[in-house]
Amino acid sequence: MENNPLVIGGRSFRSRLLVGTGKFPSSRSMVEAINASGSDIVTVALRRVDLADPGDDIMSALDPERYLILPNTSGARDAEEAVRLARISRAAGCEPWVKLEVTPDPHYLLPDPVETLKAAEILVKDGFTVLPYINADPVLAKRLEDVGTATVMPLGAPIGTNRGLKTRDSIQIIIEQATVPVIVDAGLGAPSHAAEAMELGADGVLVNTAIAVAGDPAAMAQAFKLGVEAGRLAFISGLGGLRWKAEASSPLTGFLRRAES
Amino acid sequence: MNFVQRMLDADWAAVEEQVFACRPSDVERALRAHPKTEADLAAFLSPAAASYLEEMAKLSHKATLHHFGRTIQMYAPIYVSSECTNSCVYCGFNRHNPIERATLTVDEVVTEAMSLHRQGFRHILLVSGESPPHAPVEYLAEIAQALRSDFSSISIEVYPMSEEDYRTLIDSGVDGLTLYQETYNRDRYLDVHPAGRKRDYLWRLETMDRGGRAGFRRLNLGFLLGLSQWRVDGFFLGLHGAYLTRRYWKSHISVSFPRLRPAAGGYEPPYPVDDAQMVQLMCALRLWLPDAGLVLSTRESQEFRDNLIPLGITQMSAGSRTAPGAYAVHRDAEGQFEVSDHRTPAQVAQTIADMGYDPVWKDWDSAFLATA
Repeated sequence: MENNPLVIGGRSFRSRLLVGTGKFPSSRSMVEAINASGSDIVTVALRRVDLADPGDDIMSALDPERYLILPNTSGARDAEEAVRLARISRAAGCEPWVKLEVTPDPHYLLPDPVETLKAAEILVKDGFTVLPYINADPVLAKRLEDVGTATVMPLGAPIGTNRGLKTRDSIQIIIEQATVPVIVDAGLGAPSHAAEAMELGADGVLVNTAIAVAGDPAAMAQAFKLGVEAGRLAFISGLGGLRWKAEASSPLTGFLRRAES
Repeated sequence: MNFVQRMLDADWAAVEEQVFACRPSDVERALRAHPKTEADLAAFLSPAAASYLEEMAKLSHKATLHHFGRTIQMYAPIYVSSECTNSCVYCGFNRHNPIERATLTVDEVVTEAMSLHRQGFRHILLVSGESPPHAPVEYLAEIAQALRSDFSSISIEVYPMSEEDYRTLIDSGVDGLTLYQETYNRDRYLDVHPAGRKRDYLWRLETMDRGGRAGFRRLNLGFLLGLSQWRVDGFFLGLHGAYLTRRYWKSHISVSFPRLRPAAGGYEPPYPVDDAQMVQLMCALRLWLPDAGLVLSTRESQEFRDNLIPLGITQMSAGSRTAPGAYAVHRDAEGQFEVSDHRTPAQVAQTIADMGYDPVWKDWDSAFLATA
């Protein structure tokens, strides 16, 4: 298997690590971390930025030539709000890409599957490249593919929890069945978690909190970059399966070779 | 169970006894417990927990960092009216206080708001006394409609209203409701609210439910530190917050810590809360409600506010004036209370940045509530 670039919505990206812009101690540390991450795709909460203000602290710090700025609808409680936010960002000059987040519960920020599907359908028809944030639900992932989303982005654990791949088994099914890139989003707290997701065959991961709240965000961003690369390399190299006991390399047919010698 | 019913059934003295009976071993168990129980909350608020303040602060810092990152959201209050029909014994706006009062016109409120806008604020809190004839719901709705295109988030801290009135305000662009119970102790509540509509304890207690049903995105609660035994008020505040979180699961809950300040009328708080106790209360609430917003106003001093930033605070006001018209239109009215932190918003933001936190001016968008 070759280490092909990540292709989303017809565009190629070298890096398989997507990063967020929330929770950083300053715009400067955010930029340093994004640079160190090697990411090509940077997601920005529309609630947090003022698209009408050219001096906005986040938007003015990100070079749109270098990064795909991926607006997200964080805070939207239903499909209507998410669609409205996406349209506002496009009208303000953002590319028609959206990381669709519909999270009616402000505590665990878990995505609403019904409203997410509804919003995805509207936005795809409206010409958006839609990357929906979902719970690790394989059937929902297929339904979203069917309406034309560019990826599916199942969570590893609730946003900001740093708990790792708690939904591993379901993510494995999603990866197995997907015909669009699967980006594991949310809950990855350590580079080893990112590596684990990539080893499973995820096409990419999105990390924010674990980088933003690290003691040294730039160094942590680099660690995630390496974790993603290691996991990807392991996946394309073909990982050996798990075994509980030592096993001879050819216990059943070894006699054939013995007979030949 | 409905929180209002729970409060009506509550035995204040029994809770007080429970809190005071907690031992160090209860606090140690509470620090490790997951999930945390009401007994753990009582332990965090107990005198025994005073010896564990540093450990509570460390856990509080860690939990806040995970949920909110290194950010502090900035907001400013706009006092629109100091007219009031109540006689709260601790408040500068008490109807018996012979102060100069004012109610701003909608245009004057816009002038005030735009002065804050120029200083960077996009989150504002409209505040008024309780005088519906001076500040009726239509007036507040008109203000919200006039401001919604320039501000990301508009909250209100006014008198308790009906669910229907709250819906009117939400339709006009108000997304947050702040209302303090003052004290959960019903007897103390009646002592300090001798007359006026506010004397109705139950009407006030049910307010957050009406706001939650109406659909506010943010519900901000609290009690006045100094009116009653803070450890017990803190316990019921914690239960109220947990109940609202579960019941109105689409609303974000936040908690304020208004400590009584000198005001016209010269009220001396009968249950003063010192700095260490306030820190204990804040950390206890953070450990009990890990993802609640914790709000700190300019009632507190510059030094104390700065020290609280890493402990769990997520929202701060700055440059606040507590009299109608005090930012820009300069009406001749007196304030509700004296502020302690007199720094400008820019100075507060700089301090926050110097401490390694990002002062966030906008973390919401009026588009969420706009009609499609």
